[in-house]
Amino acid sequence: MNKIFSVNGPVVRVRDTKDFSMREMVYVGNKRLIGEVISVAADYTTIQVYEGTTGLMPGEPVYSTGNPMSAVLGPGIISNIFDGIERPLKKLEEISGAFIAEGAAVSSLDEQKKYDVTITVKEGDTLMPGDIYCTCPETAVVVHKCMLSPFSKGGKVIWCAENGEYSLNDTVVKIQTENNEVEELSLCQKWPIRTPRPVKERLPITRPLVTGQRIVDTILPVAKGGTAAIPGGFGTGKTMTQHQLAKWCDADIIVYIGCGERGNEMTQVLEEFSELIDPKTNRPLTDRTVLIANTSNMPVAAREASVYTGITLAEYYRDMGYHIAIMADSTSRWAEALREISGRLEEMPAEEGFPAYLPSRLSEFYERAGYMKNLNGTEGSVTVIGAVSPQGSDFSEPVTQNTKRFVRAFWALDKNLAYARHYPAINWNLSYSEYVDDLSDYYKKNVHPDFMKVRQEISNILVEENTLMEIVKLMGTDVLPEDQQLLIETARIVRVGFLQQNAYHKDDTYVPLEKQYLMMKTILCLYKSCRKAMSEGVSMEELLKTGLFEKVVKMKYDIPNDKPEMFDEYEKDIEKTLAALSAERAQK
Amino acid sequence: MSVRYIGLSEINGPLVALDKVHGIGYDEIAEIRLDDGSRRLARVVQIDGERAVLQVFEGTAGLSLTNTQVRFEGKPMELPLSKEILGRIFSGSGKPIDGLGEIYPEKFADINGKPLNPVSRTYPRNYINTGISSIDALMTLIRGQKLPIFSGSGLSHNKLAVQIVRQAKIADENGQDFAVVFGAMGVKNDVADYFRKSFEDTGVLQKVVMFLNLSNDPIIERILTPKCALTAAEYLAFEHDMHILVILTDMTSYAEALREFSSSKGEIPGRKGYPGYLYSDLASIYERAGIVKGSKGSVTQIPILTMPNDDITHPVPDLTGYITEGQIVLDRNLDATGIYPPVSVLPSLSRLMKDGIGEGYTREDHQMVANQLFAAYAKVQDARALSSVIGEEELSSADKAYIKFGTLFEEHFIRQGAEENRTIEETLDLGWKLLSTLPKSELDRVDEEHLEKYYSAEKAAELN
Repeated sequence: MNKIFSVNGPVVRVRDTKDFSMREMVYVGNKRLIGEVISVAADYTTIQVYEGTTGLMPGEPVYSTGNPMSAVLGPGIISNIFDGIERPLKKLEEISGAFIAEGAAVSSLDEQKKYDVTITVKEGDTLMPGDIYCTCPETAVVVHKCMLSPFSKGGKVIWCAENGEYSLNDTVVKIQTENNEVEELSLCQKWPIRTPRPVKERLPITRPLVTGQRIVDTILPVAKGGTAAIPGGFGTGKTMTQHQLAKWCDADIIVYIGCGERGNEMTQVLEEFSELIDPKTNRPLTDRTVLIANTSNMPVAAREASVYTGITLAEYYRDMGYHIAIMADSTSRWAEALREISGRLEEMPAEEGFPAYLPSRLSEFYERAGYMKNLNGTEGSVTVIGAVSPQGSDFSEPVTQNTKRFVRAFWALDKNLAYARHYPAINWNLSYSEYVDDLSDYYKKNVHPDFMKVRQEISNILVEENTLMEIVKLMGTDVLPEDQQLLIETARIVRVGFLQQNAYHKDDTYVPLEKQYLMMKTILCLYKSCRKAMSEGVSMEELLKTGLFEKVVKMKYDIPNDKPEMFDEYEKDIEKTLAALSAERAQK
Repeated sequence: MSVRYIGLSEINGPLVALDKVHGIGYDEIAEIRLDDGSRRLARVVQIDGERAVLQVFEGTAGLSLTNTQVRFEGKPMELPLSKEILGRIFSGSGKPIDGLGEIYPEKFADINGKPLNPVSRTYPRNYINTGISSIDALMTLIRGQKLPIFSGSGLSHNKLAVQIVRQAKIADENGQDFAVVFGAMGVKNDVADYFRKSFEDTGVLQKVVMFLNLSNDPIIERILTPKCALTAAEYLAFEHDMHILVILTDMTSYAEALREFSSSKGEIPGRKGYPGYLYSDLASIYERAGIVKGSKGSVTQIPILTMPNDDITHPVPDLTGYITEGQIVLDRNLDATGIYPPVSVLPSLSRLMKDGIGEGYTREDHQMVANQLFAAYAKVQDARALSSVIGEEELSSADKAYIKFGTLFEEHFIRQGAEENRTIEETLDLGWKLLSTLPKSELDRVDEEHLEKYYSAEKAAELN
C-alpha cells in the first residue's frame, strides 16, 4: 500500500515506490481525491491533486488506477457543464450542495439515460478504428456517432443489438479481432486527455469560420481549423468577444472552457445560452454547446487539466465529422496554473517564474487545432480561439509572446478603444491574420469576386489614417489639406460605422458576409464620389453638410440584415446628392 | 487526550518547523503554548513525512527551540459564528477584541470556505443605488458583485467607501436584512477609527461586524483576516438571508503579507516577488461574493486597494482587475483639483452593469447615456492633449465644445458632496443636460427617439 509522505498545497508526494507511471490517474487519501502523477523519480513520486487538500495527512493511502487521466466520451456531453476533470457540476450540486466538497465520486456522463440508438453496421462487416457503428440523437441538433476507439485493432462484427433504447454502458456491438479476442462496444469510450486523437491526415485550410463580426470576418479572418488569440488587459472585452463568437460563429458545436475565470460569468453563459435561439437551427444555443467551468477559486490543478479535457471533447466530435470551435478563456490562467504547480515542485523557473516548458505546452495545445481528414474518412475541424490576459496589460509578457508564435490570427484588444466603448475593441493596427491569403478564394467565390479588393481598400484607408494621426495628434485636423480631411472623415466612418459593432442590437449583433461586403462597398462609394466632387471644387464643409456621412455611419442599424437591396438606394442617393453639389458648384 | 510536542526544530521568520510529528493534516490548526503561559495560533502549511512547517499568526518573537509546547487541533481553522457577531469587533483571526467576551457559537465554519459551484449561482441583476452619480450612471454596482476601489495613498477612498455604506440601498424595501462586514488588513489605527466613527454616526454600528488587523498587528494574521470576514459574511448571507456588503481594506497590504510569508517559506517568486499563486489566492477571496440559488441573501464586495506608485499594472491591482467584475479607479489629478469623489471615469467599469440597468431596473436610456458619456469624455482627453500642444485658441469648434463639456462634466457630474444623495433619475437627467452642451450631431451612441425626448439646449444653458 502506498502512503502519502508529504503535502504542499495541491502537490502530494509518495516515497520509495515503483508502482506509478507518468500521467497516471490516482486516488489520494481516505476521501479518494482525484490526482495525477506528474513526476516519477527513484525516491519520490509526485502527484498533483485536482481537489482541495485541506486535512490530508501523511500516511493516508494512495490508490493506483493503472490508467492515464482520461475523459469519458459518449452521448450526454453536449449541453452539459463540467469542471476541469469532466465531472458534471449539476451532479456535484446534487451530491454536495452549492459549495463543492472534496472526494465527491460522480460519473462523467449520465449512465441511466436511454438513447434512441440506430446500429449502422451488420454482422460480418469489418470495423476499423474510427469507424462508426451506431448513431443516436444527442440533442435536437447533434447526432452522436459512436466510433471504434483508435486504441482498438479493429475486426469483424460478430453480433449487433437491435435498434432501440440503450444506455451509456450497454453493449450494442461485438467484434472479433484478428487474435480472436472479442471486444464489446458500448456507447462510450475513454481517451487520455493529454494525447491528441489520431487522424488520417491534416487538410489544407480553405474555409473561414464565419462569425458575423465585421472586424473578424473581413479584416482579420480566422479559418475553420485555425487558431486565434485574443489578448487584452482587464476590461477590454475578451470575454464579451468570446461570448459573441460562441453565439454566432458557424461551427456545429462550441466547447467553451472557462479556465480560471469568474463564477458569475459562467452562470451568465449558462443562462444566456439557454435563452438564446440559434437562428440556423431554431433551438437554444445550449443544444450545441459544452461548457467546462473551472473558475478561479476551484482547485488549480483541475484548471491545468481543463484545457486538455476541452480539446479532447472537441476532437472526439471532430472525428464524427463536425466542425468545432473552442473558446478558451483564459489561457493565461492555465499558464499560471502551470507556474503555480511548477513552483510547488521547486523547478528552475524561466521568464517571470513561468516554467521553461511553457512554450512547448502552449504549442502542443494549439497544434491540436486543424482541419482534418478523420480515420473514418469524414472531414471535421477544431478551431481554437484562446483569450490571453497579459499581466500588467503588457503584450511583451511570456504568455502573450509565446502564444503569438503558435497562433495565426492575433486580435489585440486595445484599452483606449474600450475606454471609448468602441467594441469589439480589436485594434486593427496591432492585430493580424495570416489566413487572409488562404481564404481569399472562398470569399471571392462565395461572397463577391471583388470582396478582397474592397477589403484591401478599406484596410488602406485605416493604414493611411494611422499615418496621418501622427500629425493630427499634434496639430488638429484643420491644418490638413482637404483631401486628407476627407480621408480622416472616411476612416471615422469605417471605424464607427463598420468596425464598431453593437452586440445588443438585434441586427448588428450578427451581420452576414453579404451585408458586410455591401457596407464596405457603400463606404467606398461615398469616399470615391466625395473625392470626385472635391476635384470639381466642392469643399469639405459642403460635403459634411449633406448629412451623407452620418447616414452611412448609421446604415448598420438602418438597413436590416435581410434587405441588402437597400444598399442600392444608398449608393444612388450618394451619387445624386453629390452630383447636385458639383453641378451647383459649376454654376457658381 | 491530545499529544503535545515539546520544543521546535527550526524558526524562520513567521514559520516554525517540528520534527517527528504524526497524524496531522494539511491546513490543520495548532496551538503553541509558551513557557510563560501565553498562547499563539499556528497553521500547518507543509508536511514532509514526519516534519511539519507551521505559520504562527501572532509572529515568532519570543519563541525559542525549547520554550514551547505545540498541540494540534485536528481540524482546519474554524470561526465560531452566531447572529451575535453583529456589532462586534474581532481581531484578524476572529478573536473578540472589544472586551465583550467570547460569543456563544451557533456553529463553526471552516474559514477557507469551499468553491461555489457555478451552476448554484444566481446571476446578479439587481442594481444597488449608491446615490453617487459617477458610480450609478457609469459603473453601476450590482447586488452580489465584487467591485473594488483602485486608489492611491492619500486619496479619498475611505470617504467614498463610507458614503457608499451610508447611501447604498442594498436591502429590499424594508431595509431590515442589511449588514456590513468590515475587514481591515494592515491599515492604520486612524483609518479603523474613522470607519468605526462613521458607522456610529450613520447609526449602522449595530449592523457591522469588524475584523481588524492593523498595521502593527502580526503579518500572518493578516492572511486570515479576509477569510474570517468572508466566512462571517457568507454565514449571515446564506444562513440568515441577509444582504451583506463586505469592505476589505487594504488588499495591497494583504498581498504583501502573502509575499512575506511566501518568501520566508522559500517559495519560488513570480512577478515582483509575489508568489506564483497570488492569482488563485486573490480569487479565493474575491470569488466569495455572489448569490446562491435558493437563498435570499447576497454577498457584495467592495475591496479597497492602494496602487503602489499609482501604477495600475502593479501585480495586485492587475490580478484583482482580472478577477473582480469591474473596478472604480480614483485619480490623483482630479483629487488635486478638489473634486470629490475623484473617480477616473474612463478606466472604471462595471461588468455586471449591462444586465442590471435599463427598463425595469433603472431607466430605458441608461445604457445609451452611459455609452455616450464615456465616448464623449474619451474625446475630451484627445482634445485636451491637442490643446496642450497647439493651445486652446487653435482648436476646432467641435474640440472646443468637448473641452467645455469635459470641465462641466467634472464640475457637475463627478463632483458631488459627501452627503449628497442623487436619485438615478437626477443622475441620468444630469447626464443628458451635459450631453446637450455638445452639438446634436456629435451624439452617435444615442438613438433618435431619445435624443428627441431628452436633448435640450435650454437645459444645457443652465449649467453655465
